[in-house]
Amino acid sequence: MGPVQALGETSLYYINFAGKMTLLLGQCIWAAITPPYDWRAILRQINFIGARSMGVIILTGLFTGMILSLQGYHLLSQYGSVSALGAGVGNGLIRELGPVLTALMVIGRAGSAICAEIGIMRNSEQIDALSCMAIDPVRYLLAPKFTACVFSMLLLSFIFDVVGIFGGYIVGVALSDVSSGSYFQGMADAIYFSDVKMGLYKAAVFGIVTVWIATSKGYFVHLERLGGFGAEGVSRATTNAVVLSSVSILLWDYLISALMI
Amino acid sequence: MKIIELEGVCKSFGKQEVLKDVNLSLEEGNTLVIVGASGQGKSVLLKHMLGLHRPDSGKVRVLGHELGKASERELKEVRKHFGVLFQNAALLDSLNVFDNVALPLRQRTSLSSKRIAERVHELLEMMDLPEAHDKFPAQLSGGMRKRVGLARALSLDPQLVFFDEPTTGLDVHKSNEIYRLFHKTREKLGYTGVIVSHDVPKIFKLADEVALLAERTIQVSLPPEKFQISENPLVSSFVNTTMGPVYISENEESRIS
Repeated sequence: MGPVQALGETSLYYINFAGKMTLLLGQCIWAAITPPYDWRAILRQINFIGARSMGVIILTGLFTGMILSLQGYHLLSQYGSVSALGAGVGNGLIRELGPVLTALMVIGRAGSAICAEIGIMRNSEQIDALSCMAIDPVRYLLAPKFTACVFSMLLLSFIFDVVGIFGGYIVGVALSDVSSGSYFQGMADAIYFSDVKMGLYKAAVFGIVTVWIATSKGYFVHLERLGGFGAEGVSRATTNAVVLSSVSILLWDYLISALMI
Repeated sequence: MKIIELEGVCKSFGKQEVLKDVNLSLEEGNTLVIVGASGQGKSVLLKHMLGLHRPDSGKVRVLGHELGKASERELKEVRKHFGVLFQNAALLDSLNVFDNVALPLRQRTSLSSKRIAERVHELLEMMDLPEAHDKFPAQLSGGMRKRVGLARALSLDPQLVFFDEPTTGLDVHKSNEIYRLFHKTREKLGYTGVIVSHDVPKIFKLADEVALLAERTIQVSLPPEKFQISENPLVSSFVNTTMGPVYISENEESRIS
């Protein structure tokens, strides 16, 4: 095979795969927003994606807020404006770090597990079995994960922000010499509804991107270019899903910031 | 009435041609057994009948629907009449036995929980699995998994039941158990059956028709008695390899013809 033919085949493969992923996204969103809703499955997924990610989100949020506050205090104290610490910590968390780091944590904890679960179901013919029972696998399997991931991402992002602000408070107020009033007043003066809105939009979009890539890579594991069969195929698809999701989150973060700033 | 009809079905995966000009049909109420050596495309052929693969050319008509051109919605409608026992049973491994068997009933009917529970108990009794309700697929033996798969396949009284290598990986005793269950459930429910198997000659006892898939196409589709004395060189070679030479007396020949 010549290099031009190889390039053409590779391009066709990725265009085809992207098309399948896009169609699956449409099917998942349609299945998630139209009845019937499987509330039990949605709650089970919220427990898995959301509730069980709380520990890691609280720890990450706490230390992110503390680091932000430590670095911010060090920088601001050189200019004698430590009163702006609350504004810096709040804005940094709500607009950027909260949704981004939450998404990266959810990808690592739940996204990889979702991809592996769906991939194993595909390889062991469980998805074919659902189709043959006239049960729509998208509605039965994927839609509850979609709803739960978007909802959980919004909630976890909020928790990350609150815990991060508390972490910033510990370092800035309890361990340094910023007053409690100036920390919170600075934050209240500098954060507008548009900032909160940006954080919410980001969390929602990151939720969709995370679950979309994780489910697609699992659902189409049998179409993986380097072979998607067996444990190695699922492992490769899971790794790809984590890498692709993480990069996509940063790309979407930039796009949303550029549009809303 | 023909319930399955395949006409000139061809299928390739990349450059590898798997099926070439496959013609096959099955009358309602009969059982068709598809045999052939491993890697000949038996499961691929079965997946065409299930609508999981679409042919590159040719027609796959099942229950009057052309599956090669059917929309997802039409496929779903046709599949409402199917029951499928997959090679590895394909039970949902996160659900226990009860929930696996109850799954089609919960998803496709509006039966009450009580009625669903009764139906699941009835099916598991039929499969001699009354104590297995709470077990997960990973806790079951191969034979038990197949029986749970069969219970799930039969839960909605399907018109057409497909079996992909139903006895692969089972010992003689468990294979016989599956055949006994097939016979028992078919007598009771009267479904049309398609069995893909290489368990020759035992599987012939269940068949009304036996089809040999070899060299990418169906060589013959004959009643088992005629299949065993077919003069098609590929069939006689297959019969000789799997069953040993078949002795045919003049009396037997005249009786068969």
